[in-house]
Amino acid sequence: MKSLDYDLVIIGGGPAGLTAGLYAARARLNVILIEKVVPGGQVLTTDWIENYPGFPGGISGPDLIRKMTEQVKKFNLNIESNEVISLDLSEPVKKIRLSDRTITSHTIIIATGASPKKLGIPGEDIFWGKGLSTCATCDAPFFKDKMVAAVGGGDTAVQESIFLTKFAKKVYLIHRRDQLRATKILQERAFANDKIEFIWDSVLTSINGFANLEKITVKNIKTGDTKELSVDGCFIWTGILPNTNFLKDEVKVDDNGFIIVDSNMQSSVPGVFAAGDARSTGLRQIATAVGDAASAVFSAEYYIENIK
Amino acid sequence: MAEVISEIDDSIFDAEVLKSDKPVLIDFWAPWCGPCRAISPLVEQLAGEFGDKIKFVKCNVDDNPISPGKYGIRSIPTLMFFKDGNVVDQVIGMVAKSKLEEVINKIL
Repeated sequence: MKSLDYDLVIIGGGPAGLTAGLYAARARLNVILIEKVVPGGQVLTTDWIENYPGFPGGISGPDLIRKMTEQVKKFNLNIESNEVISLDLSEPVKKIRLSDRTITSHTIIIATGASPKKLGIPGEDIFWGKGLSTCATCDAPFFKDKMVAAVGGGDTAVQESIFLTKFAKKVYLIHRRDQLRATKILQERAFANDKIEFIWDSVLTSINGFANLEKITVKNIKTGDTKELSVDGCFIWTGILPNTNFLKDEVKVDDNGFIIVDSNMQSSVPGVFAAGDARSTGLRQIATAVGDAASAVFSAEYYIENIK
Repeated sequence: MAEVISEIDDSIFDAEVLKSDKPVLIDFWAPWCGPCRAISPLVEQLAGEFGDKIKFVKCNVDDNPISPGKYGIRSIPTLMFFKDGNVVDQVIGMVAKSKLEEVINKIL
C-alpha cells in the first residue's frame, strides 16, 4: 500500500474537531488537525453553557475550549494553524490542498462548523463592528445602559439576549414569528426578564446611522407596517451557514450547503466524514458535535483497517 | 517567533500610536472577550514576523475608554492599522492569519 502523509486529516478545531482529535490520537492514528484561526470556533463567542453534561454550575465557552484543547494536547494531537483551500477526492488517496502545500490522507473528517448568517439588508456591511454584532460576550459591555436590539428566536438569540440585559438598559427581541423556538427554560427566563421587549412577527429591513449604528427599521410581516427604533447596538442571531465553501462539489451537501452524511457520519465519498455544525442535521449542540466526532473517528478507523 | 506585545493606555495613545514613525497595529481587546484572548497568540506571531516594520501594541478597552471611544470601537477584537497618525485599515472579529498578513502586506 502506498504510504500517505496521514491516516486522518481533521479539518476544524471546534468541539467536533477537537473530539475527533482526542479519539484519533488515542487510537494512535497518524493524524493532524488543521485549524484556520485558533481552536474554538463558535463556542468561543458563547457566554455560558448549561447544557453540556459534567458542568453542573455551567461553564463559559472559552473555558470549555481551553479544557478540550488541554485534553487533546495530553495525547499529543498534532494541531496546525493553516487553511484548507480545496480538496481533491477523485481517488481513494485524498488530497488536501493547504495554503502552502498539499497533503495526502486515507480519510478526512470535516468539522469546519458554521458561521452566523447575514440578513442581506442595507447597512449590514457598513455597521458591522460599529454597533452591529453577533457576539454578545465580546461586545455587550460597549452597550452599558444603552438601547439594543436582538434578532432571532432560537436558543442563541434568547440566551444571548438575556446576557445582554446585564449591560443594556433595554433589549428589543425581534422575531419573525409569534412564538420563540428556543428551549423552554430559556423562554421562561426571557419572559420573566422585564428588560426584554418582544417585537413579534417582525423582521429587520435596514440598519442606519452615521459613524455608528443609530437606528434600525423593523417591519411587521403580518400587517406590513414599518417602524424605526433608536438603538446603539443590534445583534443578529437568525441562524447559521456552514463553513463548507472550500468543498465545491466534492461531497454531497443539502440546499444550504450542510454536508449530508449517513448514520456513520460518512459523506457521499467513502472515507470522508463530517461532524458537528457543518453536517446536515436537525440539532446543533456541543453535545451532538462531540458525539458525531466520536462516531466519525470510529468509522474512519474501520475504513482505514479495511484498506490496509 | 512570537513576541510579547506591550500594552498602552489612553495617556500615551497619541505618542505611541499617532506619532509613531512606523505603522502601528493596535489590538483592542478586553479580558472578558473570549475571541480576543483566542486571537492574541496569532497577533503575537505576527509581531514576531513583522515587528521590525510595524509597531504592535494592545489596548485594553475596559481600562481605557477614551481611545476606543474616539475610534468608534463597538466590537472586539478589532485590529486597527495606523500610518502617519491615520487609520488606514481595520479588521473586526476572529480572522485567519492569512487575512491579517494580507492586510499587513497591503499597508507596508
